[in-house]
Amino acid sequence: MDLSNYSSTGFYDELVTDAGRPRAAARALWKYLKNLDQDELNERKAACEIAALVAGITFRVYFEDTGIDRAMPFDLIPRVIPKKEWDQVSAGLEQRVRALNLFIDDLYNDQRIIKDGVFPAELLKDSENFRKQCKGFSPPLGIWAHICGSDLVRDDRGELLVLEDNLRIPSGVSYMLENRQVMKRVFPELFDDSGIQPVDEYPAQLFDTLASLSPRPLENPNVVVLTPGAFNSAYFEHAYLAQMMGVELVEGRDLIVDDQDQVFMQTIDGLERVDVIYRRIDDAFLDPEVFRKDSLLGVPGLMRAWRAGNVALANAPGAGVADDKVVYAYVPEIIKYYLDEEPGIANVPTWKCGNPDERAYVLAHLDELVVKPANESGGYGMLIGPHSTQKEQRKFARLIKDDPRNYIAQPTLAISTAPTYVSGRAAPRHVDLRPFILSGLQTHVTTGGLTRVAMKAGSLVVNSSQGGGSKDTWIVDTER
Amino acid sequence: MLSRLAENIYWHGRYLERAEGLARLINVNANLNLDLPGKLAPGWDPLVRITGHSELFSELYGESRSERQVVKFLMSDERNGASIKSSLEFARENMRSARDLLPREVWEQMNALYLDASEQFKGNQSKRKQHEWLDQMIHDCQRIAGMLMGTMSQDHAYDFILIGRYLERADMTTRIIDVRADDLLPEELEELPPFESIQWMSVLKSLSAYQMYRRHVRVRVSGPSVLAFLLKDAQFPRSVQFCLLALESRLNALPGEDDQALRHVVQLMRQVNQAPSTRLKDQPLSEFMDDLQIELAEVGRLIGQTWFPSK
Repeated sequence: MDLSNYSSTGFYDELVTDAGRPRAAARALWKYLKNLDQDELNERKAACEIAALVAGITFRVYFEDTGIDRAMPFDLIPRVIPKKEWDQVSAGLEQRVRALNLFIDDLYNDQRIIKDGVFPAELLKDSENFRKQCKGFSPPLGIWAHICGSDLVRDDRGELLVLEDNLRIPSGVSYMLENRQVMKRVFPELFDDSGIQPVDEYPAQLFDTLASLSPRPLENPNVVVLTPGAFNSAYFEHAYLAQMMGVELVEGRDLIVDDQDQVFMQTIDGLERVDVIYRRIDDAFLDPEVFRKDSLLGVPGLMRAWRAGNVALANAPGAGVADDKVVYAYVPEIIKYYLDEEPGIANVPTWKCGNPDERAYVLAHLDELVVKPANESGGYGMLIGPHSTQKEQRKFARLIKDDPRNYIAQPTLAISTAPTYVSGRAAPRHVDLRPFILSGLQTHVTTGGLTRVAMKAGSLVVNSSQGGGSKDTWIVDTER
Repeated sequence: MLSRLAENIYWHGRYLERAEGLARLINVNANLNLDLPGKLAPGWDPLVRITGHSELFSELYGESRSERQVVKFLMSDERNGASIKSSLEFARENMRSARDLLPREVWEQMNALYLDASEQFKGNQSKRKQHEWLDQMIHDCQRIAGMLMGTMSQDHAYDFILIGRYLERADMTTRIIDVRADDLLPEELEELPPFESIQWMSVLKSLSAYQMYRRHVRVRVSGPSVLAFLLKDAQFPRSVQFCLLALESRLNALPGEDDQALRHVVQLMRQVNQAPSTRLKDQPLSEFMDDLQIELAEVGRLIGQTWFPSK
């Protein structure tokens, strides 16, 4: 592969320095890629595609009412992160999720953080994801978000920052696992003695995390994965994780809650008690007795069983209260408040317009900031400063002054790039990273995570539903 | 094993067998029409009645029943939930949700069959092509059955596939016999000896039974002996009795105290065994076949009640 002309001007590149030299952790990879001739490269590229297809990596998109399976683009150049850096990030993520879980538990119980004046009560009142049905309850271990997927981006100074936390039902981990399988099959020689850390423990860790929540102290509690069904966009992942953990993949109609508030699944041997449900259904559809009455996906009585302590739900209903945009802005304060520690991994700088000093700054810099409403139901969308007209800026200035608490602002980020194989050569494309954090009796952070890549030049959209692809992510130990 | 998956895989077995049965049904009727002189040829009307969709057909096509209309109705009309096209689609959808229980190659084969059929049904096909394709599809269905037998653990999932398959097959065999039974009444037998033999031969061939019949029955092809073979033979895999025996053994392997379905199958076996070919002469054949179909539907209902209870 011809890499001599590769450069990513104006952005931090994941593999290459400004001087055009590979970064330390990527040196072996760079050398290897350089020595691949075009024929070999085409061969590997084709092998990747076949391996991905065979592995069944498909992403369901909706096309005129008929679901069709489409392969998610997979890029053959991995993204590399030095282990030393990752260890710090990983510790930061653990700390962050620990604080968020304390925060959620507090919000549904004593609300000390509000009484102490650190988090404004009004924000909670406006929250779409606060579930009053969860008030006065604390799940086992006090943990609400057992599986968290946080989206990280790297800025132009090379620092990894948290862009958002997904505390409801984050997806994508199956692609992380499958991408590694494909890489190992297609480039086995790269894995010889290269210090690449394995990612395969995730399914076992996920199972252990879920099992540790079981209300019955059993050696082998009955864990199930609850899916909305085959037409859900992440069904592949639901089936994949159930299979990797060796547990049943159930739908709402397979489960019943009896009059003693216990959950059972209907099997050909009769009813079988269920202890832990890894649910991949939104809160709103979980239990028609409590949430949306018209839900056919959920299980009537599930909330009763959960509150009675007869079944564990992961993630707990109501955990989403902590991934609102406005809560995000408070995470540094939340960490400080509950743990009395400084954040190990930083937020993207965020100005809260509710705070007079920060508001003044935002109003003075509308032409360079991105302004987002905390409560999206406002209908005014967001303001992207550098691409906005004076008129739009004046409109947002007014909106902010009228309802300052509802607005936050962030700088426009120069998100990092990574070399990506596009029409026969390596080209810089923007990437993000979604690691997954498991919280149960023990805490685990994935080794790296899922790197998503915007396949179009200059694009920042990495979502798989909009043509984003993914890469294998290597955490490389260079200090062995 | 989840009841829902057991049900999915049971219906997969039924729908795939139904698609194959319909192909055989169309083939036997086509052969009869070719073999018999004009006034004795059955036409295509009987197939609509035999598949039990007279009302739907009239609604969609009116009263005239041309070959083109009937074949389209049975093969590719998705408004008919029991057409080959619909059956293949349901067979695939039911397998999709239970695909983790099956060897991957089987899913791929099912998918290929479905996609091939979708392609096939797009355009208007000549008669010759159509029958070629029906034969091909029968082979594809056989291939799936073979792959399952060769590569799938004989667990409860396998039991449910076979239960679906044999229940549907028993039903289809009675309907295929019905094609012949409908048109020529027993008292006319003496007048039409030469054609009688040709017609029953068609029935045998459509069930891939001709060779096995010759080998095991060793008498000339005649109504009573073919009927006895297709109803009572315990060794030929498409006879009603064989299907019931298979059902008995698979139902026996399933968990649970409730054996209503099993007892019903055993009773049905007795009924089929005791049906003398002479008695069949007294009772119109198609009536007897209708009775069997009703009893088989009852077995299906009992299976659902026992293993797939709805909440």
